[in-house]
Amino acid sequence: MTATAELPVQQDAVAAKPQSRFRKKLTSSRSAFFGGILVLFFVVVALLAPILPIADPIATDWLAVRKPPTSAHPFGTDEIGRDMLSRMIWGARASLLAGVISVAIAVLLGVPFGVLAGYCRGWTDTVISRFTEALLAAPFLILAIALAAFMGPSLRNVMIAIGLSAMPLFIRIARGQTMAVMTEDYIESARAIGIGHGAMVWRYILPNIFPPILIQATLTIATAIIAEASLSFLGLGQQPPAPSWGSMLNTAKNFLEQAPWMALYPGASIFLVVLGFNLLGDGLRDALDPREI
Amino acid sequence: MLTFLGRRFLIAIPTIILISIFVFGMQKLLPGDPVLAMAGEERDPEVIAFLREKYHLNDPIAVQYFSWISNALRGDLGISLRTNQPVLELIGQKLPVTIQLATMALVIALFIGIPAGVLSAYKKGTWVDWLANIIALSGLSIPNFWLGIMLILLVSVNLGWLPASGYRPLTEDFWLSIKTMLMPAFVLGTGLAATLMRHTRSAMLGVLRSDYVRTARAKGMSEATVLVNHALRNAMVPIVTVTTLLFGELLAGAVLTEQIFTIPGFGKLVVDAVFNRDYAVVQGIVLCTGVAFIFMNILADAAYRVLNPRMRDK
Repeated sequence: MTATAELPVQQDAVAAKPQSRFRKKLTSSRSAFFGGILVLFFVVVALLAPILPIADPIATDWLAVRKPPTSAHPFGTDEIGRDMLSRMIWGARASLLAGVISVAIAVLLGVPFGVLAGYCRGWTDTVISRFTEALLAAPFLILAIALAAFMGPSLRNVMIAIGLSAMPLFIRIARGQTMAVMTEDYIESARAIGIGHGAMVWRYILPNIFPPILIQATLTIATAIIAEASLSFLGLGQQPPAPSWGSMLNTAKNFLEQAPWMALYPGASIFLVVLGFNLLGDGLRDALDPREI
Repeated sequence: MLTFLGRRFLIAIPTIILISIFVFGMQKLLPGDPVLAMAGEERDPEVIAFLREKYHLNDPIAVQYFSWISNALRGDLGISLRTNQPVLELIGQKLPVTIQLATMALVIALFIGIPAGVLSAYKKGTWVDWLANIIALSGLSIPNFWLGIMLILLVSVNLGWLPASGYRPLTEDFWLSIKTMLMPAFVLGTGLAATLMRHTRSAMLGVLRSDYVRTARAKGMSEATVLVNHALRNAMVPIVTVTTLLFGELLAGAVLTEQIFTIPGFGKLVVDAVFNRDYAVVQGIVLCTGVAFIFMNILADAAYRVLNPRMRDK
């Protein structure tokens, strides 16, 4: 009798457990903490760029060409006397924007296709899966380079190219997760009470496939930032004089002996922001993944 | 195994057809009329008409695709606009350089990644594990083109130990070739080493918890024997599969590495083709890498079955 009376309480406790366990794990995860701090720092700096008391990132000063770091220019100047600190801060906007927008494109296009394939199965799944496999067959960066080359060099086209190249990853994850969710009892119950397809996807499938997509999105932002920097390094991304870390490195490689600081700071920034997203992604995965490895 | 391979090849055919459609479709993304660009400044209507006829541009798009794919199947991927060489010949010339770079990078990655992963799993929860994880994550986060630039600055410019750029074929001067390729291979190998380390660690953690490892320890075997002969041998199954799948990363990484170290390989060919608007070469490269990647996936599946007898029985 006592056991029967306690059962609802136990069920509530079990139902509440995963969320509180996630919060507890995430807040106690050192990697998520350090990753979060790094990402937050770069996001705040990028957002505050217009109001920070820094020099114009495209203003040249021919009397201060390739000057090493001083109090006037804490990160030195570049080959035409532009302030490196200012260009670094404005470059953060380009990198973060490219990372977030391209992943948003990949998620917004990939998740609906993935859910459709996993939910409908049959020929819909076959067509979408073959399409995904074909896209996944070309290496990510080579596909992005080819797309960016065909669309023409610009930051916007690079974001589209990276987004399209990353899309199949999200189709695959959303499809797999939807198929897993479809076997759950609550889907069966929802069907039994006559819930429509749209409501089923919106209320039952999407909320349950969200965690792995969030983890993958965080990790893909890191990959997208490197991809944007790589494409800008090759001259396919942000066009001069607008600053971007990748294009700054491209110029810096010609002045390695005379001005090594030109290469040091943009590269270190890419490394730190990517490390931040990777740490955050790892922390999220550890907190959301019940398997402990 | 033959049935398995036959089935996998059959499944790959629609995927390859889809890749060819993407690659062909890329050309259609081009802004403007390619014939106008080819016809020069005078834009003589007769020349334009001749070019349209020559490249079958007056045909419906489906006919254009079938003409292009039937040529591709015969090994004719078009002619490079810049060098006037057949695209396939050009790829064949550059590929050995990239294969040397990729092989050296893979060897470096295996020598760093596997021992680091084994040690990290064996010392789970200690400072060794923590340090190995931090290094691996840093390896994954560091842009390889920046690492290349920094190494040129340190090793070539400041220390003068290794050449900063260039390439010497293995057949001409073996040791100089290795010496020239060492730094680029290290740059390309670090990211892969990090990936391998994480997979090795994960596979080893699974194996180290298994009963047969406990039995081996109970029988009084030395830790080295348990680790190498029992644990690592079984953990190798996923590691070999992952290594095969790293092909795509190697090729993509080679694009930037070859650019920094001025190595005349496959990667540099892509970038040069992009900047010279040599679209036949870009299309040829994407098609070849796509098809090669599918075959590497089949190889990875086959390796998995060979190494794992339980899969063979199914």
